[in-house]
Amino acid sequence: MLHGYAGRILHVDLTTGKTHVEPLNEEYAKKYIGGIGLGMRLWLDHSKPGVEPLSPENPLILATGPISGTVWPTGGNGHAFVSKSPQSYGVGEAKSHGSFGTELKRAGYDAVIFKGKAEKPVYVWIDDDSVQLLDASHLMGKSPADTEDAIREELGDYYIRVAAIGPAGEKLVKIACIINDKTRAAGRTGMGAVMGSKNLKAIAVRGTRDITVAKPEEFLEYVKEFHERMKGPATQKYRTLGTPENVLVHNALHCMPTRNYNNATFEGAERVSGEVLNERYVAKVIGCSSCAMRCEHICVVAEGPYKGTMTRMEYEPLWALGPYCGIDRLDAIIKGMDLCNYFGMDSISAGVIVGFAMDCYEKGILTEKDTDGIDAKFGNHEALVKLLEKMGKREGIGDILAEGVKGAAEKIGNGAEKLALHIKGVEVTGYDLRCLKTAALGFAVSFRGADHNRHGAYAFDVKGKVNRLKAEKGRGKLVKDMEDMYTLIDSFIVCKFSRGTYYKELEDMTKLYNLVTGAEMTTQEMKMAGERINNLARVFNVREGLGRKDDNLPWKVMNQPITDEGPSKGAYVTQEELDLLLDDYYEARGWTREGVPTVAKLKELGMDDLIHIVEEKM
Amino acid sequence: MVKIHERKFVSADPDKCVGCQVCEYICSWTKEKSFNPLKSRIRVVRLNPLVNVSITCRLCEDPPCVAACPRDALTQSEETGIIMVDEDKCNGCGWCIEACDYGAIMLHPDRKVVFSCDLCKEKGEPQCVKWCPEEALDLVTADVLAQKARFTATKKLFQEALKETTK
Repeated sequence: MLHGYAGRILHVDLTTGKTHVEPLNEEYAKKYIGGIGLGMRLWLDHSKPGVEPLSPENPLILATGPISGTVWPTGGNGHAFVSKSPQSYGVGEAKSHGSFGTELKRAGYDAVIFKGKAEKPVYVWIDDDSVQLLDASHLMGKSPADTEDAIREELGDYYIRVAAIGPAGEKLVKIACIINDKTRAAGRTGMGAVMGSKNLKAIAVRGTRDITVAKPEEFLEYVKEFHERMKGPATQKYRTLGTPENVLVHNALHCMPTRNYNNATFEGAERVSGEVLNERYVAKVIGCSSCAMRCEHICVVAEGPYKGTMTRMEYEPLWALGPYCGIDRLDAIIKGMDLCNYFGMDSISAGVIVGFAMDCYEKGILTEKDTDGIDAKFGNHEALVKLLEKMGKREGIGDILAEGVKGAAEKIGNGAEKLALHIKGVEVTGYDLRCLKTAALGFAVSFRGADHNRHGAYAFDVKGKVNRLKAEKGRGKLVKDMEDMYTLIDSFIVCKFSRGTYYKELEDMTKLYNLVTGAEMTTQEMKMAGERINNLARVFNVREGLGRKDDNLPWKVMNQPITDEGPSKGAYVTQEELDLLLDDYYEARGWTREGVPTVAKLKELGMDDLIHIVEEKM
Repeated sequence: MVKIHERKFVSADPDKCVGCQVCEYICSWTKEKSFNPLKSRIRVVRLNPLVNVSITCRLCEDPPCVAACPRDALTQSEETGIIMVDEDKCNGCGWCIEACDYGAIMLHPDRKVVFSCDLCKEKGEPQCVKWCPEEALDLVTADVLAQKARFTATKKLFQEALKETTK
């Protein structure tokens, strides 16, 4: 077996309580690397087409990467969850860092496959080779952080690492996430709901095995070099203001969706900027296991109605719970974030859902009667807090909102669909797609629905490398190349914040992979692996019935031009523009006009065993 | 013989320590050729997101671990103050572990004998200090540590005044 990999996959059947271990297929390791790549491949192998996301038949895959468990900065600590998303009915995947992934690797597993559904709530206790299903009925209703503490206390070892769902996951809230190390979430696409549907409250791990690498001397030298790089300009943002720096940047460009896309700029931006957050609320900046960068801005509210709240903060949650809902109070935003952590909900989606509800309320689609008496006006921070609580508990209006904006809009009807900002059922993130046309393409084709983390294509627009207001040929190739790199990052599971430190992206990553695993991969092969993993994701989606029709943009992005005076005024994306961008992208990918990978493409990538899936769709 | 206040040990500045465990990985690599915190002589403690720090042997004067050993397996180097373990004599009974207030001596998971920080004597300097990406670790004497603490305490007391004077 290659170095770096544990060489074992753990199967846990929650229905029968039986577990077994099988060796990792080395060919899979080389082809799909690890993390989301390996996870998606294992999911395809262990599921039937058309499986219901919240049924026992939908497996939940937990995967580490080849460098998890080593001292590689940001890479030693990652883990990924992969399953079919209850939001998009396509690829569900989310990664997290902290110290859970490194522990799982030391326990000796590259991946864990959870199948079936436990009769009663359980948590899985992985203690190296010993795997037990333990009763979790006393943990029900607890937050992930409280669950973590309770399990450590119960098992009597304070170094045990835990990934858990909160009350939202238990109640199958569609945007539920899985949280480890108290504030680190595998956030998007509703992986917490899948876990909840299995009656699986938490996964507790202790690993005692040694992790070694193929070429230790050179590896450590490389680590040292990256420690230096991570102190340099490429990561300065994360170490200083953190991603909330984006608030003022996006606001100045008029590309920060505000009040559920009614505006692209926020008059309260100065009050919720990264600068103010740092000055008034950030108490400490900490780091994940093995990281030399540190980025976790821990905020504490010292006074006012939300006194005593403590949580981590990033741009996207700040934007979603703030400007997107018209809210200009940082203490309320921090409280909102804390509630998302408490209930175990994806804070980006949660904020977008509240913004959607507020828009419905202001337009009279929802009345005070529907909202259980909550005055859900934009900017009402008390309404934000109440709606989040109701969503986490699936109480009253919260029960409807817990379906996500797509599901909620279907239930509410009366034109609410036009106010629901989602792609493939997954809520949008903090980039106004009307005036960022490369990003718009990236978001539209993203295999896990609306998400900036699948391509980072906004960078071309925001940094002015292209005309962000123009849709033109060539953007397809830009998005494709970024996507291929991003799938590699998520399959190695290095932190995306570290991407700038890989100066020669592919070359550096290939060197890292080879030093750790002892493989002798070329950069060309590594590039192909990135492309392969993207095709794999597409095959996953195609098998589940997704296609060109799902590579779309929200109604407002295509029908409601930006009205704010300024650089983005009048911008929106027309159907012609979207079609042009999609055609260009599919062509760059070598896919059909319907967005299906061709047999020739799959052959080229060595994915012959999956050809039958696309053949059925031709 | 080196006097007690000249002895240096590894200490983490809690304000700088981010809890990244690089010290653990590097220690276990240096000593055991493996990335495994359980084999590290320095361990990170994270109480909550705000409170975390690395802890290792303080090279106490009159160390309780040495006194507690019923088999005379532990001795303190007069020269450097590090705790030396005679692995032939140690049977892993754990009295030393119980005696240490810092959890700085621990049982080796494979060899079942105790081990503790020896300041990487063979490398000439503690590797954790060398590798700490936040420069949170330092090799200090008790005196220097006390000096630092005094300055930190004073700074905290006069935070507002300092802001004014540096304007």
